[in-house]
Amino acid sequence: MAEPDPSRGARRSYAALGVVWALLLLFPLAAPNNFVLNLGISWFISLALAGSLNLLMGYAGQISLSHAAFYGLGAYASGVLSAKFGVSPWLGLCAAIALTAAAAFLIGWPSLKLRGHYLAMATLGFNVIMSVLFVELRGLTGGPNGLVGVPSLSLFGWEIGADIRFYLFAWVVVGLMMLLILNLLHSRMGRALRALSTSELAAKANGIDVHAVKLGVFVLSAVMAGIAGFLYVHLNNFASPENFDFVASVMLLVVVALGGTGTYWGPFLGALLHVVLPEALRAFSDFEILVYGISLVLVLLFFPGGLSGAVARLGRLVGRGGGR
Amino acid sequence: MDGSQLLQLVASGLVTGSIYALVALGFTVIFKSTDAINFAQGEWVMAGGMIGAFLHASFGLAPLLLLPVCAAAVALIGLVSERLAIHPLKAPTPMLLTLITIAVAITTRAAITLVLGKAPAGLPSFSGSENVAVFGATLPPQALWVFGITLLVMIGTHYFFQRSLLGRAMRAAAADREAAGLVGINVSRMAMWSFVIAAAIGAVAGLIITPLTLTSVNAGLMLGFKGFSAAMLGGLGNLHGALLGGLVLGLLESLSAGLLSSQFKDAVAFVVLLVVLFLRPAGLLGRASTERA
Repeated sequence: MAEPDPSRGARRSYAALGVVWALLLLFPLAAPNNFVLNLGISWFISLALAGSLNLLMGYAGQISLSHAAFYGLGAYASGVLSAKFGVSPWLGLCAAIALTAAAAFLIGWPSLKLRGHYLAMATLGFNVIMSVLFVELRGLTGGPNGLVGVPSLSLFGWEIGADIRFYLFAWVVVGLMMLLILNLLHSRMGRALRALSTSELAAKANGIDVHAVKLGVFVLSAVMAGIAGFLYVHLNNFASPENFDFVASVMLLVVVALGGTGTYWGPFLGALLHVVLPEALRAFSDFEILVYGISLVLVLLFFPGGLSGAVARLGRLVGRGGGR
Repeated sequence: MDGSQLLQLVASGLVTGSIYALVALGFTVIFKSTDAINFAQGEWVMAGGMIGAFLHASFGLAPLLLLPVCAAAVALIGLVSERLAIHPLKAPTPMLLTLITIAVAITTRAAITLVLGKAPAGLPSFSGSENVAVFGATLPPQALWVFGITLLVMIGTHYFFQRSLLGRAMRAAAADREAAGLVGINVSRMAMWSFVIAAAIGAVAGLIITPLTLTSVNAGLMLGFKGFSAAMLGGLGNLHGALLGGLVLGLLESLSAGLLSSQFKDAVAFVVLLVVLFLRPAGLLGRASTERA
């Protein structure tokens, strides 16, 4: 956490992100088939979700139980507009951003004035309300069967289908998001976040508008989830309400915690789990879910910093061993 | 809509509300001692119902006898969960505790599924099967049991925390951990008791609602988050708030289903709930001090 020279630490993080992102360009070459390539695309979407939730949860210390609702709002906003009204998905993207920002502002403004679990409660309520709307506004959303017939994206006459082109598109979009998060963490706002997560009182005393910073982060994180929803719906040409319910929100909390809350690289690892776990859980037998639950307890008990904390600790151990 | 239909809606809202109140009470007890949202609470409610249904079907245990047995069994689950998953934590924070309770919830549900199966299970009413008329509303007899037992549990919990040595020690530990430690209260032991008590209360809630609604391993999720909402509505950390929050949420749901739309009842209930929270941030009965700005 405590960097001896912040600008050096920042440069190192940017370099690391650059290297990781460049390596990700090689993934399609290594992917043996479209299925694996699609897992890569899902990973980008999960990273956008986990990274944005981590910004709120890890850095601002606020529990949100509606990340999946914002994800869904983005997906349905663009999906419904393009599938039912023939609106261009790019306008749909604007609508998704505007809607998620407005919704997050309306929920965040009153609840972030309060400490403790009020954001958790308000976001939980919001997620329930959105889930009911996704299911019951059948005329628009297709109801419990889901929204079908969402068109794929196209850019300058190029269709961005579920293949290498979508991979590259997600690579750019999510790359920009992760860059934005890194910029934010090394900006004045990032320092304000770190200050207020240590002590809100001290942050206030130093002239930080705590409420505005929290609200800004909450809205930004919701918008990122909305953009992830936009990617999801045009990738799959489909949206289904159960992907965006309260359980999905709780799952995202778990993913961020497993990756490592409040670390920049945690969501990268968490997103890997997020791609693998839901698929695996659906096919899991009851016994395997029991094992999964117990291992979750163990990871949180022994590595409260999540997987990235564990990796860092391992790295230090190895480093110390090598130094001797 | 005439008067008797309205009364019917109010009565059924109060039945559901009583259950929400008990679940909320469980949340409140653990929140007071750890500041964490306990995601396992709903699973304990489910466990109470499932274990009760199993014991009744296999050994023919009378429903009233099931109350202490199930409460004890689920209290044991709470005890084991706390000792294995919460107690070993070196640096507990509310966030970490909350996340661990999610893991505990997943584990508990999987364990119950493995042992008792996925099929929905039911119980007969605690007494009689003839509906009874109360103030013009017709209620199944089990509804009266729900009211009575909820009231007893509420009064019992109140006296436990006001009068008994353990209850007062728990309140002291919740109010100020360090000061409580200084006067010789084992603070971590108090957290353990809060899990035991919350689990037992959850089991009672699950057991008394099962004759009315059946239960299954997936029932805990919904009950858990309704209970949490009720606890927040009443003012998290406030025992009387849990009762009031539960009853209000139950009434809201029942009335919005009956008078507005059954499809949107959850949405209506939660919109009202959010508005109340934003207008009275500390909950209906919470004092301003619970905001801790």
